[in-house]
Amino acid sequence: MTTDSKWGKETLRQMLLIRNFEETADKLTLRGKVPGGMHNSSGQEAVAVGVMSALDPKDVIATTHRSHHHTIAKGMPVNIVMAELFTKATGCSGGRGASMHLADVENGHFGGNGIVGAGVGIAMGAALGIKQMGHKKVAVGFVGDGGVNTGRTWEAVNMAVIYKLPLIIIVDNNQYAVETFVERVTGGNDIAKRGAGFGLPSFTIDGQDVEEVHKHTSEARNRALAGEGPTFINALTYRYYGHNVGEKGQYRTQEEIADWRSHRDPIDRFSAKLISEGALTQADYEAMINSVAKEIEEAVDFAEKSPLPDVSTILDGVDSGLLGARK
Amino acid sequence: MTSRLLTYKDAINEALRQEMQADSRVFLIGEDVAGGAGRDEFPGATDAWGGPFGVTKGLVTEFGRERVIDSLLAETGFVGACIGAAFAGLRPVAEIMYADFLGTSFDQILNHAAKLRFTYGGISSIPLVIRTVTGAGFRAASEHSQMLISIYSHVPGLKVIAPSNAFDAKGLLISAIRDPDPVIFMEHKRLYMRESMVPEAPYAIPIGKGDIKRIGNSITIVGVQKMVNTALDAANILEKEGIHAEVIDPRSYSPLDIELICESVEKTGFLLIVDESHPRCSIASDISSQVVDRAFASLKGPIKMLTGLHTPVPYSPPLEDFFIPSVNEVVRYCTSMIKGENIVNRY
Ligand SMILES: Cc1ncc(C[n+]2csc(CCOP(=O)(O)OP(=O)(O)O)c2C)c(N)n1
Ligand SMILES: [Mg+2]
Repeated sequence: MTTDSKWGKETLRQMLLIRNFEETADKLTLRGKVPGGMHNSSGQEAVAVGVMSALDPKDVIATTHRSHHHTIAKGMPVNIVMAELFTKATGCSGGRGASMHLADVENGHFGGNGIVGAGVGIAMGAALGIKQMGHKKVAVGFVGDGGVNTGRTWEAVNMAVIYKLPLIIIVDNNQYAVETFVERVTGGNDIAKRGAGFGLPSFTIDGQDVEEVHKHTSEARNRALAGEGPTFINALTYRYYGHNVGEKGQYRTQEEIADWRSHRDPIDRFSAKLISEGALTQADYEAMINSVAKEIEEAVDFAEKSPLPDVSTILDGVDSGLLGARK
Repeated sequence: MTSRLLTYKDAINEALRQEMQADSRVFLIGEDVAGGAGRDEFPGATDAWGGPFGVTKGLVTEFGRERVIDSLLAETGFVGACIGAAFAGLRPVAEIMYADFLGTSFDQILNHAAKLRFTYGGISSIPLVIRTVTGAGFRAASEHSQMLISIYSHVPGLKVIAPSNAFDAKGLLISAIRDPDPVIFMEHKRLYMRESMVPEAPYAIPIGKGDIKRIGNSITIVGVQKMVNTALDAANILEKEGIHAEVIDPRSYSPLDIELICESVEKTGFLLIVDESHPRCSIASDISSQVVDRAFASLKGPIKMLTGLHTPVPYSPPLEDFFIPSVNEVVRYCTSMIKGENIVNRY
């Protein structure tokens, strides 16, 4: 199927933006500009962009500790994300949460979580809210191949089925939980079958194919809006970098990484397709790469120049003001 | 006994290794305690990763995957399993990567590990150790930085240990593994690389015995885990001002060596408790109330607590650094207390 040129270009640009963001932020973390660490999602762009391009801006997501790609695809400006990583006051969480705790609840980003397994339950609750309030939108809960082994994820899936909630569960399955290979910890070796066992439409898809992700998410969204309840999608993808910045484990071979990078890269695949279909010229593509690089440079500059949060604000926001942090 | 400088991390590794050598019932389970190394598909990878801090590094090479079990990401499942395994006669040592994640398995600890011995008539024992990682200052935000010692100390049936140096860590972990009861063993992430002299041979430090880390007669400072070191640094500064601080490390928080603290307060008349955790319902407030109860007459001024704030641990460095009690603050508190000055709270 040929790709709509306008949609294709936007989608490709989003993926490039995420890739450049991650690779830039990774280097800045190694240089100490981003304190602590961060979870690089390079390689997983098609899952984030494929899902988000099928959603309406008012749809809701809840996600994991690895969520820069989801957050940028959801529409948060890269300078705000970068500023949060720099722990600056201008970041989306005022510098209090950083990489693992990106959020913009008002705009349907119900947050990343440092505790693995938290996202699907929160998304399920969002879907419950959507249903009860009669809104025409859906919620998406992201979980990793590691997080999918937490019991609570399945409690939430079951509830979504029972209550017929407008929920889409996406397994951002990069095949590793830190050093643990998915096949070693998945009984039956089929995550989608587990989903199917709860009685909801359940698919394993190619998470490196942005159009396939988009298509499955759109169909799931349509079912959800039609009142048919949740869908479970296991998207196979791959993370190129260590679990956390700077980690070089011995749990996978360099050949395996090189194979995914050279044969299945979501950006290379999609740009080649657009070029071969005539939807994009090589010159367009290069211009796009340059404009993305400029946008990220500006984001770094913004983050760099932004102020750190003032210590006098430390007690603000522990609660809505009733208890107060001083008591 | 031959001793040498060893990091806190390596002292813990050594305690695990020696207890596993001595007792075939001891096994480890946790996420990536072995790590991907040792995967049959990658024969080239010989040594284990040993978790994010490398604490269990190399153990799988010596003891194999049967005794160094890489769990799936399912704390509720594997902590529950450890209770059954302990009943069955094994000596499980579970690792929860960060203390903050204990929440996911808290029910198993609170309602089963802690209570079953008593509830089943006080006979059957649960020799279980849960090792986990505490503390702020790692730029890791609110869900990877908590102390939580007080939460576990609150629960009858649990022993709670939080060592401040490598020597204590080894001796106390050995005691914890040999202990017939469930023990929560808390390791501070900012102490892992700190060295102290550690004997090569195995040795046990009794659980429930505090330690005087520095003798003095002007004021008693009780430090909680990493804050022991903060207190010791402050004591060096105070010494130059003629204030001789006595620094106490409780080491165990349940049982707590309150006698040792009271004896010191009877000598000095002043007590400052330094704890990076939140102030309310805390180890600091518990020690304070027990000292009031037992040694009120010896006090020459009010007991003071210097703690973290009643906020989640923030990420941004200036905020996180403010959250954690500093050496300067300890000095300020001590000098003001001895002069009888009113202390302006830092928040
Ligand atoms: C409850 C809990 N247990 C353990 C961890 C430590 N941890 C953080 S990420 C991670 C692996 C998660 O793997 P996966 O769900 O596949 O997500 P990925 O990192 O691959 O995106 C682990 C074990 C945690 N944050 N929370
Ligand atoms: Mg994964």
